Amino acid sequence: MARTTRKPAAKTKKPAKKARGGRSRPSKTLVMVATRKGAWLFHGDPARKTWRADGPHFLGHIINHVVLDPRDGRTLLAAAKTGHLGPTVFRSTDLGRTWKEAAKPPAFAKAANEEKGRTVDHTFWLTPAHANEPNVWYAGTSPQGLFRSEDGGVSWEEFSIINDDPQYREWMGAQQDGTPDGPKMHSVIVDPRNPSHLYFAMSGGGVHETLDKGRTWKPLVKGLEVVEGFDPATITFHDPHCVRLCPSNPDRLYQQNHCGIYRLDRPSNEWVRIGKKMPKQIGDIGFPMVVHPRDADTAWVFPMDGQTVWPRIAIDGVPAAFGTRDAGKSWKRLDGGLPKSQAWWTVKRQAMTADVQDTVGLYFGTTSGDLWMSRDEGRKWAPIARHLPEIYAVEAAELR
Amino acid sequence: MKVLIPTPLRSYTGAREVDASGATMGELLTDLDRRFPGLRFRIIDEQDRMRAHMRFFINGEQVFDLARPLRPTDEVQIVQALSGG
Repeated sequence: MARTTRKPAAKTKKPAKKARGGRSRPSKTLVMVATRKGAWLFHGDPARKTWRADGPHFLGHIINHVVLDPRDGRTLLAAAKTGHLGPTVFRSTDLGRTWKEAAKPPAFAKAANEEKGRTVDHTFWLTPAHANEPNVWYAGTSPQGLFRSEDGGVSWEEFSIINDDPQYREWMGAQQDGTPDGPKMHSVIVDPRNPSHLYFAMSGGGVHETLDKGRTWKPLVKGLEVVEGFDPATITFHDPHCVRLCPSNPDRLYQQNHCGIYRLDRPSNEWVRIGKKMPKQIGDIGFPMVVHPRDADTAWVFPMDGQTVWPRIAIDGVPAAFGTRDAGKSWKRLDGGLPKSQAWWTVKRQAMTADVQDTVGLYFGTTSGDLWMSRDEGRKWAPIARHLPEIYAVEAAELR
Repeated sequence: MKVLIPTPLRSYTGAREVDASGATMGELLTDLDRRFPGLRFRIIDEQDRMRAHMRFFINGEQVFDLARPLRPTDEVQIVQALSGG
């Protein structure tokens, strides 16, 4: 079984402070960066002003996602493959000092007719399950598949009916219906109030919901637009890029879609296109969607150029995040410190995130390998790291 | 029999050359996976198809069939055609 070993992380000497409102201030922030050539862990000081790079982990491997288990604060899972080896999942129980490969990575069932059997190309998305389900994880794959581990990521089984359900297979579409590097299952979301209530999204294939822990699923696409000329009644044509649930109000979800930015307030089943309030010259196309950890009216996006041949890079080469403080009724450009010209990069759907500190930190990674951070909720940005490989995913977590 | 391991898989074997047994190429891979867990899945997918860029040579002859019989004296080479940027 393949293993890697890293140097131990430096220990912080400062005690945790008590924050405003009585919330214990986390002592350190960990930023996990998945790239096309490996993974990096960035350890921030308590003020998030200096960062220590720990990496590369898995040099040369394509890492699609690295996620810390919030239930134990130490277990990391990394979704990996290489250009020449099959996909797998690595697991660390010591914050990345050592890694051990999953004994049974996500894989589809062997088909009776092997010509028809699907093969997991890569695990794209990792989600820790409910707080009351320790060691349980979900994984979304490319092509679209949903998997579950009940042993902390050591072994994975197909979850629910959808991987082989004829209707879902139709909705997943064919290779040409997905993203250029393969159709993806992503945004696997667990309702923090109810472990049986899950969402997932597929590019392509729409947003879906279960209330019975995966026994049955229903599409949740009402109100979502599709590319002009296609029928929104056909689930295959729906392309959610990133869906997020608000931790402070689990009845509210935000979505960055191929066709705009949306909000959904349950029990309604109808998404509202809040991206219509974005500046017309910017539009509301992009990939990531980020929500505030404590304020469900606050969210951020990073618009991309969605015109003509779908360049999906910073608009006019002048990148900017946009934030809303009123649930999408208005948006504000947030580009302090970002390049003012000739910056032609992309921020992918998993490559922007927020921490949970009192003044929320925002983080994003670019396809040109730069990791940016804002300590003031987007007003001012500064790079944490430059010249990394193409960044696929960025996650932030607090180390206890 | 001797099996030559390509560099991308040596994190599993820890060696360039290992011993394994099997009456067929498929059985040999099963034995390799028993000795070095996880190795097989990175070169053979869940539908028992060889992954892209993977090649097997038996005594210098390229083979694609996992049912290909093996003799104890055969030398097996697993090769990866590394490419791309």
